[in-house]
Amino acid sequence: MSMLEVKGVSRFFGGLAALTDISFGVEKGEILGLIGPNGAGKTTMFNVVNGFYPPSRGEVYFNQKKISGLKPHQICKMGVARTFQVVRPLQRMSVLDNVIASAFLRVKSRAQAEEIAFETIKFTGLYDDRDVISKGLPLGKRKKLEIARALATHPEMLLLDESFAGLNPTELDESIGIIRRIKERGITIMIIEHHMKVIMAISDRIVVLSYGQKLAEGTPHEIGNNPLVIEAYLGEAESA
Amino acid sequence: MKKYLPLIIAGLLAVLPLIGLSSYWMHILILVIMWSVIGMAWNLLGGYCGQVSFGHAAFFGVGAYTAGILYNKLGVSAWWGLPLSIMVVTLFALVIGYICLRLKGPFFALGTLAMGVILRVMAENLTTITEGDLGIMIRERTWIEKTWYFYIILILAALAFFLVKKVIESKLGYYFVAIREDQDAAESLGINTTLYKTIALSLSAIITGLAGAFYTNYMGYIDPKIVFALHDISIVTIMVVMVGGVATFWGPFVGAVIMVFLAELIRTIPKLGAAHHTFFGILLIVIIIFLPNGIVGDLPKLKKLLRMGKAA
Repeated sequence: MSMLEVKGVSRFFGGLAALTDISFGVEKGEILGLIGPNGAGKTTMFNVVNGFYPPSRGEVYFNQKKISGLKPHQICKMGVARTFQVVRPLQRMSVLDNVIASAFLRVKSRAQAEEIAFETIKFTGLYDDRDVISKGLPLGKRKKLEIARALATHPEMLLLDESFAGLNPTELDESIGIIRRIKERGITIMIIEHHMKVIMAISDRIVVLSYGQKLAEGTPHEIGNNPLVIEAYLGEAESA
Repeated sequence: MKKYLPLIIAGLLAVLPLIGLSSYWMHILILVIMWSVIGMAWNLLGGYCGQVSFGHAAFFGVGAYTAGILYNKLGVSAWWGLPLSIMVVTLFALVIGYICLRLKGPFFALGTLAMGVILRVMAENLTTITEGDLGIMIRERTWIEKTWYFYIILILAALAFFLVKKVIESKLGYYFVAIREDQDAAESLGINTTLYKTIALSLSAIITGLAGAFYTNYMGYIDPKIVFALHDISIVTIMVVMVGGVATFWGPFVGAVIMVFLAELIRTIPKLGAAHHTFFGILLIVIIIFLPNGIVGDLPKLKKLLRMGKAA
């Protein structure tokens, strides 16, 4: 059994099918890339796994336990943390306090939470910005803060929603480094990304969504040569 | 120095009655401290946890009536209303929270506003329990002098201050602020937002209820229009915190001083005195425009303005 098991998940918004009968698994320790054109249902998929939306049909299992239908905070407690595409730091809190707030999930005392938080912000390269109020942080650092907050909950699995969008090349390299190091720690990662170079470089496997349906699944190499995927991204073969 | 500031202020307040203040000034002091207690309570829920309540009169009134009914129906000293109000108010907070906390932002505010009004109407009509509009009179006052009332509310204020401080510096405090800043993000970080909002509401309600129970004992008379008042309790509570400084430790205290003195000052103005709500309204507008974080919250800004004034 995979660590995360998505079984026949559909999600409707009124008459609109945002996801139709999606099934895939995420293996322990791997980085799974979730890609697809705009509106393919990637973030909806995250929202279903994370508990914001219960699936209209189908189930999600994490470590053999059913998590679909649970609330986000329960799912997070079980070890699934996420970041948001639109970064949502706790604006009027300092970087350190932001991370402390999420570190409290696993510990009771403030000293312990601070310890986890310090370790996490060093790991994500935010140590020098620890006292900055997160409202004033530039985008690149806010994206890192998102990752740091999710990491401080000590997850087994991390859902990263476009953590690279809008970063400059230096920041991009840093973030790729961070994600590789997260993987080395044994944390399983599912990542949504538009940046093809990045996703091809870091993913072990890739799932492609298009119009709410699963188009393909495979290694980056297989996906890169899959005619269906090329068509979804570049249009039909004849017109190319 | 900063660490001992609460102790120094508490100490100064404690010796204040010894200098022989007039009964009127003692009354003003008691009101100031009582309002800082209510302000601290509101600040916990509205300032830190971001759940703006327009119905704190509900908890104040329930506390006040717990003490009043205890005296009136059971013939027990109304002082027992203080410990008992903790239980009664918690019960009310859980019910009100169950209904209102599923609402967000302005909807929560409107929900609590409605709750305050509903409880007032209930108190007016359940005459067998509350004596309705006749109100409840405590016929045997415990003390004629105000000194002991002063010390009791001072102790309550000190307890409330340390409770709020302890809560805010702990896990609870971080969770409250996380919920205020972004409820969905907080939820996805593993924070049970419903649970922690309920805790914030209950703590806030308990402290407000204690102030209400004290009020019954101190004033010796309550009726629904006084203790469940929308303007004079719920709105003034918000003003105390807004003027003083939302989500600051000292804000409610500073706000209480200003609001009580202002109310007294306006009352003395001939003819215009009755329109004190108008003045409060104008003050609120000025505060929101120029000092959105209140006097304590915008202290650096205020200092800068004063310095500019001097230089000019």
